[in-house]
Amino acid sequence: MGLAGKSIFDKIWELHTLYEKEDGETLIYVDRHLTHEVTSYMAFEGLREKNRRVRRPDLTFAVMDHNVPTTDRLKPIRDELSAKQIAALEKNAKDFKLTLFDLYSPYQGIVHVIGPELGLTIPGITLVCGDSHTSTHGALGALAFGIGTSEGEHVLATQTLWLRKPRKMLINLEGKLPENVTAKDVILWVIRNIGTGGGIGHVIEYDGPVVREMNVEERMTLCNMAIEGGARTAIISPDEKVFNYVRGRPYAPSDDEWSQALEYWRSIVSDLDADYHKTIRFHLDKLEPQVTWGTNPAMTVGVTEEIPDPGEFDDPGEKQAAERALKYMGLNPGTKITDINVDVVFIGSCTNGRLTDLVDAARVVLGRKVAHNVRALVVPGSQLVKRSAERLGLHRIFIDAGFEWRNPGCSMCIAMNEDRLRPGDRCASTSNRNFENRQGPGGRTHLVSPLMAAAAAVYGRFIDIRELDLPSREEVLEHAGAY
Amino acid sequence: MPEPIRVIEGKAVPLKLENVDTDQIIPADFLKILGKKGLGRYCFYRWRYNEDGSLRGDFILNNPRYRDASIIIAGKNFGIGSSRENAVWALQDFGIKCVIAPSFGDIFYVNSMKNMLLCIKLPEEQVKMLQELAEKEDLILRIDLEESTIKFRDRILSFAIDKAVRERFLQGLDEIEITLKHIEKIKKYEESMPSFMIPNPRRFITD
Ligand code: SF4
Repeated sequence: MGLAGKSIFDKIWELHTLYEKEDGETLIYVDRHLTHEVTSYMAFEGLREKNRRVRRPDLTFAVMDHNVPTTDRLKPIRDELSAKQIAALEKNAKDFKLTLFDLYSPYQGIVHVIGPELGLTIPGITLVCGDSHTSTHGALGALAFGIGTSEGEHVLATQTLWLRKPRKMLINLEGKLPENVTAKDVILWVIRNIGTGGGIGHVIEYDGPVVREMNVEERMTLCNMAIEGGARTAIISPDEKVFNYVRGRPYAPSDDEWSQALEYWRSIVSDLDADYHKTIRFHLDKLEPQVTWGTNPAMTVGVTEEIPDPGEFDDPGEKQAAERALKYMGLNPGTKITDINVDVVFIGSCTNGRLTDLVDAARVVLGRKVAHNVRALVVPGSQLVKRSAERLGLHRIFIDAGFEWRNPGCSMCIAMNEDRLRPGDRCASTSNRNFENRQGPGGRTHLVSPLMAAAAAVYGRFIDIRELDLPSREEVLEHAGAY
Repeated sequence: MPEPIRVIEGKAVPLKLENVDTDQIIPADFLKILGKKGLGRYCFYRWRYNEDGSLRGDFILNNPRYRDASIIIAGKNFGIGSSRENAVWALQDFGIKCVIAPSFGDIFYVNSMKNMLLCIKLPEEQVKMLQELAEKEDLILRIDLEESTIKFRDRILSFAIDKAVRERFLQGLDEIEITLKHIEKIKKYEESMPSFMIPNPRRFITD
């Protein structure tokens, strides 16, 4: 590194390095391990086979989220395979003495939503989870990696992980976001520019005035989708907003420990002269709402643009991919985004299933109705999000407009439960993947912000959200409270 | 303990697509299946089968010529997306032993190596050349891990591979056992962990 300063990533990496081999493979201590029903089963089986224990059950937390029904929790799970998978996690949590947030827990929710909101995720820690969107936790200044099942077994048994130090990419988000252009639009714009493979082998660090302006939940949206740009993970140096966010959460440091925690957290922020392998700047003063048109998140255009013509791509691979994507999506080149009708609207997921997102959606929905030919769902990211929204009265806004108001889970982001598109359905979704069949076989996904999704529900097609006169977040909460 | 692997020899199939994500390699529906066995049936499920369960003629892995292929030659960013290790298990159960591509999704790459599904990164021109050869006529590759070479016909390509990964393949090591040799360092870290880093439930949310 020479004389240059260190980035937050360098600092956390060094503090957690137990051993480094000559060839660079590094043994890293894992402070937090989050796990869920779908990717953990074989890891626990592996432990059993070798008669191994979980080294630190107190640092390991399990939750049911991916395949759970989002309908009435008191009814039995109809899908036999899901029920078995859920029962298996229950048994594993019991046998290996882990804290489990099960279907009936008041803290149940999507793993990347509950980590931060329960105070399990704090700045300066290393955190892993058997899920690619673990990068979400980087928004609080944690170094968080998505891992596979074999790695999960290794962490369970040793509380460590062998990693090779990723390269560092700084993405500076400059300027000021126009009104009603959100974190989701920013991350779609970033991926559109760096491509699905642009971040491979890198840790992305976000900084700049746009990031500092965002609240912690918005930063989570930004970090969440870094993986869609291929990045190993994403991270943001924590500031007062993060410390205030963490304080008082159930598992967060206690008041007695607070000053010690703060001291540590302030010591790990990026130095001003930290160096990076790559630095990219985006000026976002004129960013418009973004909408994906294809089958990966880099296939994105602005809301005032048109569906691109594959013939205009220079790269033959990209051209072929665009042709294939348009065929799958049932779209023609030159179609205006605002001429595309939708059948389903999904508001939820670990990208946009937090309170800020629901408030944003409610800003659009308040006083309006869901179009008659649209099915619209709100699936809060967690029980806490759901209860907070209900306490504020937001659910009434959605229900009165004709939205379904569901229980928390991954739901239509991954379509492992009953919430899925029918073949040919076109969906405006606040989730993170528009891959073929992701939301159900034959389903067509357009990724958008909660504002854009809510507007699509109301108008039955995409509209430019900037044309609507919307109440502020504060105003909508005032309205909701008056219900 | 996994079996050591020194040489992989088999027929190559060109999968001329970029950004093949793990959702395609194994759709989420089949992630509910507990265990690794039998996942090959669901490998590339929606690309291999029509809705009525019949085979799709337009997918290269359905082409009888490549039925017995064990090496996929793919476009860039193979295995991006979801961290599901089931993608690796499905490919292996389907009979795939090696994937060659210009680049891979990071998590998929690690998952593959842990399961001894060999991923080889080659420059894009070389990948394209191999794809074209495999398209024209049967292409049998002999991949030697000790030498880090790919031999076919009268040609030899060499590839770069991590020393640690190569050792794993050649010796079939149990990684957890190796790690536990560092147990003293692990314990030392744990002893120095400040209490605020340890997540005790300190209070309940009163909402
Ligand atoms: S909401 Fe979607 S992306 Fe997030 S953890 Fe669940 S399935 Fe994965």
